[in-house]
Amino acid sequence: MPLETPAPIAPYRRHGSNAGQPLTRRDGELKVTGRATYAADNHPEGMLYAVTAVSSIARGRVTFLDVAAAKAHPGVVEVLTPANRPPLAHDPDKKLGMFGFRIEVLQDDSVRYVNQPIALVVGETLEAATEGAALLNPRYEVEPARTGLDNGERYAPAAIGVGGAPRTAYGDVEAGFAAADTIVEADYATPTQFHNAMEPHAVVAQWDGDHVTLDMPNQALVMSREAYAAWFGIAPENVLIRSPFLGGGFGSKAILNGPQILAILAARLLQRPVKLALTRSQMYGPVGHRGRTWQTLRLGLDGEGRLTALHHRSIAATSSFEDFLEPAANASLYPYASPAILAETHGLRLDIGTPGPMRAPGEASGSAALEAAMDEAAEACGMDPLDFRLANYAQTEPGTGRPYSSKALRECYAEGAKRFGWAGRPLQPRQMRDENGLLVGWGVGTALFPCPHFPAQARATLRADGTALVETAGADMGQGAWTALAQIAAEALGLDPDQVEFHSGVSSLPDGGVAGGSGHTASAGLALHNAGEDVIAQLAELAINDPASPLFGAGNIGVVARSGRLRRRDDETRSETYVDILTRVGRGAVVGTGRMARDEEAARTWAMYSHGAVFAEVKVDPELGQVRATRLVGAFAAGRLVNPRLVRSQYYGGMIWGLSFALLEEAVADRRTGRIMNADLAEYHVPVSTDAPSVDAILVPEEDAYVNPLGIKGVGEIGVTGTVGAIANAVWHATGVRIRRFPIRMEDLMTRR
Amino acid sequence: MSLSISFNINGQPRTVELDDPRITLLDLLRERLALTGAKKGCDRGQCGACTVLVDGRRINSCLALAVSLDGAAVTTIEGLADGERLHPVQAAFIAHDGFQCGFCTPGQIMSAVGLLAEGQAGDDPERIRELMSGNICRCGAYRGITEAVLDAQKALDGSNRENAA
Repeated sequence: MPLETPAPIAPYRRHGSNAGQPLTRRDGELKVTGRATYAADNHPEGMLYAVTAVSSIARGRVTFLDVAAAKAHPGVVEVLTPANRPPLAHDPDKKLGMFGFRIEVLQDDSVRYVNQPIALVVGETLEAATEGAALLNPRYEVEPARTGLDNGERYAPAAIGVGGAPRTAYGDVEAGFAAADTIVEADYATPTQFHNAMEPHAVVAQWDGDHVTLDMPNQALVMSREAYAAWFGIAPENVLIRSPFLGGGFGSKAILNGPQILAILAARLLQRPVKLALTRSQMYGPVGHRGRTWQTLRLGLDGEGRLTALHHRSIAATSSFEDFLEPAANASLYPYASPAILAETHGLRLDIGTPGPMRAPGEASGSAALEAAMDEAAEACGMDPLDFRLANYAQTEPGTGRPYSSKALRECYAEGAKRFGWAGRPLQPRQMRDENGLLVGWGVGTALFPCPHFPAQARATLRADGTALVETAGADMGQGAWTALAQIAAEALGLDPDQVEFHSGVSSLPDGGVAGGSGHTASAGLALHNAGEDVIAQLAELAINDPASPLFGAGNIGVVARSGRLRRRDDETRSETYVDILTRVGRGAVVGTGRMARDEEAARTWAMYSHGAVFAEVKVDPELGQVRATRLVGAFAAGRLVNPRLVRSQYYGGMIWGLSFALLEEAVADRRTGRIMNADLAEYHVPVSTDAPSVDAILVPEEDAYVNPLGIKGVGEIGVTGTVGAIANAVWHATGVRIRRFPIRMEDLMTRR
Repeated sequence: MSLSISFNINGQPRTVELDDPRITLLDLLRERLALTGAKKGCDRGQCGACTVLVDGRRINSCLALAVSLDGAAVTTIEGLADGERLHPVQAAFIAHDGFQCGFCTPGQIMSAVGLLAEGQAGDDPERIRELMSGNICRCGAYRGITEAVLDAQKALDGSNRENAA
């Protein structure tokens, strides 16, 4: 069977000289030769190794650590425990800004979750430090672990996600249900999931007096620099974070965590460089996760299959000491038209590490439930699931009535359905079999993600030789920022990408903002674009005021920058190279700066989202209940695409995350102890090659004149959102069984045949 | 305690004094020989990021004790390219965007090179997917990876025919 032919790249507009081209990654060669250096690849002279010892209980106190045995092991240099941990300048039980969570850095002997650091062992070798940590043999005073709905502590949260409202209501929901012909209600559960970036969290810390250099993967360099400065009581400019490559982040590398802080502290104490890399199992605790949810959807429907009311209620789990709550219910506020919508979230405290943002936080879990419920509603109305979604198409933003800045969702539905071959799908489940007798089912889900923008700054330097240096402290965790951002900068400067040297991933550069919320390309991109435009404006001033320039006097007409030349706008034959302009005026360089800026009134006036539709085919073994997602087709519209090759990869990756959510991922806690029983990559299942046989993405053209001056929306997370529901719905279509607990497991299908 | 092994690493004979019998091949490469291309993703043989070739066969270097490699020939990602000229698998990974963050990539590529040498995948993408499933890519670059392996297979077939002729 040949691999499906790669889809032709959707027509994209060539914007100026280069953005919009499907370039390969600028860091590709470094990555395929092993020369890309990730944090743990650093090895400064005299480096020591740090290993955390972690708790094996979920709640209680550490009553004994055999520090003497650990210290007696050859090669062990130091053991940090609450008894001797040097002071920190920040109280770890207090918040430090919105992303500064309360964390565990040996401030006392209490244990609040499994895999919490309870000591740090430093050794001359990794082997010595590892053995030293094992020799600590902790003893505990154990308290019962709170692990679920039945024994957790319920509470009413002040905020959910990052500053979101715990309750949002549009219209009169009760009136909507009273007017409904049909009401569909269903409960869905989503599990604890761990980011499991391939690169474990690591740091190599080196102190020089009161300056510290941190080689670490980081999704928010300048924000983190400020935070580390506060923790260590030094000036922010004394902290240098270097993060040239991240081995994946997915939200787990933006928030400070205890183990990394302890390693930095050990380096200061011992006055030697220290490296710490978490083991895989140690990542199941102190570095965030997607919190568990229990969701209830209630949909009121009129006789035409249109929503009269939508009520989405979610209980979200968090830790006993911090408040990040997966904002799942809010996912129902945006995709579908309904005269009344109510989204509400309740909190549940468990003895677990604090959850955090994980790729499509809220949207992933919330849309999983919403899209499954929409399918149940379509079934209740006797409608095709795609027709049902079209009947509930939102012409304006639900609740606010704001118009969309752009919304090519109809095109996504149409093109996705066509490529997938949706037409002719039997309405009833369990109607299709393949040649081997496997049950075949088709499902659809709507994908949606908002367009947040973050503050960002950049600097561009045009050099006398006509090349440029552009700089911003951004983060490339695999999305391709080094390539896409350089393309945007090159376009603004009227240069070929090869003429642009791009510096990023270092905290001393202008603040590139956060690589998150699918907003990095737009945010850092706008800053770079404006820095480039600043350079061109300065250069134009030099030329048009100079009688020796062919552009002299073009002030009112204006100039355009392309291919290393400024050209008179009305007569491009009159032009001058950057080099000539700079040489004549004797300038060695022109430096421009820029920041993320967009029309804030437009941002208030228009509703801004990326949209998409995902179609899934599954095959299910009728005897064993084994499910395989055999085909995924996603069609997405996300404004202007800076690099279609990289955008495709984002969609593929997002859809595979959706597949993983639907069918594979789940951390299981032992109800007696709270220990996570599958804290490794053999038993915590993430997709491997053979789990994702066919993934296809359609790039639906979309122009957006309002979202920002570049017309860019986000592409990093939307792929997760429609896919989970599409697969769940396909499983129902194949089997006739609704599984409302994720991931959908073969045992659920076998027992409910 | 001192243990000495002699082995061939990326074509160079090398004798190494091991200071500790617990050292894995992966930690030997990464922490003592400055060959950091192979990555530690799990240290349990579950993710494949540490894949290298030992005597031409792909193995998880985190599961091999260094002391067991006396006399072996080890190839890591650093030894794959011919000077500036990329190995066809490396070039194909770039062309097909067979990676995102790049952390699993050295392991994916070494696994693909080993797979092609095993000669059991042919041009069947389903077989390639199955036989590459010991290497996890959390970014989900699997489509590009499969296409890259197919493409490299073709390139290698072509050059083999040229060599034969």
